[in-house]
Amino acid sequence: MIDKIKDFASHFFVTGDPLIYGADVSIGLSMVAIFFVLTYFKKWGWLWREWLTTVDHKKIGIMYIIASLLMLFRGGVDALLMRAQLALPNVHFLQSEHYNEIFTTHGTIMILFMAMPMMFGLFNIAVPLQIGARDVAYPFLNAFSFWMFFVGAMLFNLSFVIGGSPDAGWLAYPPLSELSGSPGVGENFYIWGIQLSGVGSLASGINFVVTILKMRAKGMKMMQMPLFTWSVFASCVTIIIAFPVLTVTLALLFIDRFAGGHFFTMLHGGNPMMYVNLIWMWGHPEVYIVVLPAFGVFSEVVSVFSKKRIFGYKSMVFSLMIISILSYFTWVHHFFTMGASANVNAFFAITTMAIAIPTGVKVFNWLFTMFRGRIRIEQPMLWTLGFIPTFLIGGATGVMLAVAPADYQYHNSYFLIAHFHQVLIGGVVFGYLAGIYYWWPKMFGFKLNVKLGLWAFWLWNIGFYVCFMPQYALGFMGMTRRVYTYGWDMGWGPLNLISSIGAVLMGIGFIFQVWQILYSIKYGERDTTGDPWDGHTLEWTIPSPAPEYNFAIEPIVKGQDDFWRMKKEGIVPMTKESEIKPIHMPRNSGIPFIMSWFWFIAGFGFTFGWTWMIVVGLLGVAGSMLARSFTKKLDYYIPVEEIKETEAKFGRLV
Amino acid sequence: MSQAISHTNDHHEEHEHHEDLSVLGFWLFLVSDVILFGTIFATFMVLRSHFDGGPTGKELFEAPGYITETFLLLTSSFTSGLATLALNKGKVNQLIGWLVVTALLGLGFIGFEVSEFANMVSEGATISRSAFLTAFFTLVGTHGLHVSVGLCWMTAIMIQLKRNGINALTTRKVTLVSLYWHFLDVVWIFLLTIVYLMGVM
Repeated sequence: MIDKIKDFASHFFVTGDPLIYGADVSIGLSMVAIFFVLTYFKKWGWLWREWLTTVDHKKIGIMYIIASLLMLFRGGVDALLMRAQLALPNVHFLQSEHYNEIFTTHGTIMILFMAMPMMFGLFNIAVPLQIGARDVAYPFLNAFSFWMFFVGAMLFNLSFVIGGSPDAGWLAYPPLSELSGSPGVGENFYIWGIQLSGVGSLASGINFVVTILKMRAKGMKMMQMPLFTWSVFASCVTIIIAFPVLTVTLALLFIDRFAGGHFFTMLHGGNPMMYVNLIWMWGHPEVYIVVLPAFGVFSEVVSVFSKKRIFGYKSMVFSLMIISILSYFTWVHHFFTMGASANVNAFFAITTMAIAIPTGVKVFNWLFTMFRGRIRIEQPMLWTLGFIPTFLIGGATGVMLAVAPADYQYHNSYFLIAHFHQVLIGGVVFGYLAGIYYWWPKMFGFKLNVKLGLWAFWLWNIGFYVCFMPQYALGFMGMTRRVYTYGWDMGWGPLNLISSIGAVLMGIGFIFQVWQILYSIKYGERDTTGDPWDGHTLEWTIPSPAPEYNFAIEPIVKGQDDFWRMKKEGIVPMTKESEIKPIHMPRNSGIPFIMSWFWFIAGFGFTFGWTWMIVVGLLGVAGSMLARSFTKKLDYYIPVEEIKETEAKFGRLV
Repeated sequence: MSQAISHTNDHHEEHEHHEDLSVLGFWLFLVSDVILFGTIFATFMVLRSHFDGGPTGKELFEAPGYITETFLLLTSSFTSGLATLALNKGKVNQLIGWLVVTALLGLGFIGFEVSEFANMVSEGATISRSAFLTAFFTLVGTHGLHVSVGLCWMTAIMIQLKRNGINALTTRKVTLVSLYWHFLDVVWIFLLTIVYLMGVM
């Protein structure tokens, strides 16, 4: 009996590595600590009522951002472990298998569990406020999306201590990810972690498209929407079209692994290249899904901090939409060396390069907006300025990679690694950080400390160049991606050491940001006006942090940048007592939280192939759906008195 | 569209707005479902000749089976249309009646499909025999799964109609489920053509 338990435990838990024992202990300790703190301060009820069951888009946005920062930490630790392993030749700090797991989880986490939720966090915080709405179109679905992302991320992270991490790369190419190549449960964790959170992403995509189309304030035409909202629209349309492909691709891979299918195997007529095509049909649009909202943030920030209207608004909108369409016609550039005909490669090379045109339009428009503007270098603007040179170099190397014949030289080399980190960190991460700094006062009612922020900015920026510039050179010197270690004779040592130092600098930059947040909670400059940056759009007309109902009276919009117009005309946004009416709001619900955890149970069952657990999970999901379907009280009204009280507290009542 | 939604105090108007929103969102969901099926269809097209020496569609597909399935599903789409007519007339019992007929026809469809699958498996044509069969079972099975989910959903709506009668909420629910049902019918037409008819050609 005891032997059986031992045998099971040794398969179930990952053992034998000091790093994993360390993780076990720290997970255990932090859970005990959270449990203790919540119990000691009697916060369980508060947690449940205010956060776990909330359908308020602002709170959901905050939860997304907290979760994504945690994932940035996890993915960042992975990165530092890799850079430690590669810092010098012949290092044996990690075993090769462990190294494979780390680069796999690093990529997956950074794209799907860090960039995506940070993006959804900004959507949730800014979009309804920018368009003058009280909520998103489907608040219940919005909460469900968040919790699906959350349990998906948890399932994926669990693989580290239970069963073993995936190790077939962040896109899990077969036949490596098939049972023949990865017999453990790691790839199942990968499939189900992404599958669950992918459902949430798709639902969010639909939610925000409907919100933007249908919930805009009176008078706001499509061509008067703030550019961030436009970028969200472009991104969400792309999500709706791209994510079903991901769902199918992972499902097919799972059928191969679970039911003995032969979609992508090397036997019985399977075709592994099909998988690579399918995954990139999702994967390429995905990079535009995450970068377009960053472009939206830059457009807002550049115009506000230059005290000018954005240059070329219409061309900005068109370029957003053109990028999102072109993103579907470039996927083959990820495998020019597959052996397709020259014509196929030429087509995809040209479409890839074509994307540089609308992107260039945007960069020039930002520069023209700054030209002769009264520029203020506040933190959001700082990150925007940091982004421009980074993205230009990244874009130029991207065009180099897009030249199909030349790509035979760079393919799978460190040149490529440097390129995509340059666009993803320089474009996406810098963009979302700018967005977080920009909307932080609206979320929490205070600004983040500037001094600590400057330290963080320079450490990130300098660290970034120190880390990735050497990698371009290493690519030309023949260093390929996914190498676990290398010899002294290759001559890659010095540049790798420099690159690792850069990674450490970025890590210290992140620590400064955490410090900055903690410090500013206590000492940060409070925002009493609701408009700390002299903003242009509707979200700055309401108090900070925004009240539950956002707008006490629905705004009526007369044009683009409506708040700026109001300021020019000398109108101060106040709430007239006589105009207040009861506000219709959705009721909180525990069902999204509960249903997502049933999905987690089902996903865990699928991962280990435990039928009883799959059945329990799916029954729970079905039960939750029925419970929702039969719920009658879905909404409530905030009475006039309460609104008056809140508005008076902010000094807005007249 | 620009004046879209404003939460006025008028209760009735508000609900209409919400129902309106739900229908648009559901259309977008259907768009994503079209892409989901499109991707599986594309995979099937690539793998449909990868028999690996195993049984081919010509040997496996039996006309009486798939013709009956087609007949059942097309009829159920028609009866779900009749249900919508009853909904518009506000006749709740007629509405439930037609939904019951629709669900029974759908159940019959699933029954035939399951027996078809069972026959194939008993002849050794399992999902792991060849890439063609993997793609076949996945594509047809995904459609079958959609139909089954639709049946559960429809049942829940029938119970709600029985309890609460026709109101804004149940009207929306019936509208959505019938949209879904017609959509599955359209997908089946493609399945019939590409999988079965082209398979036996």
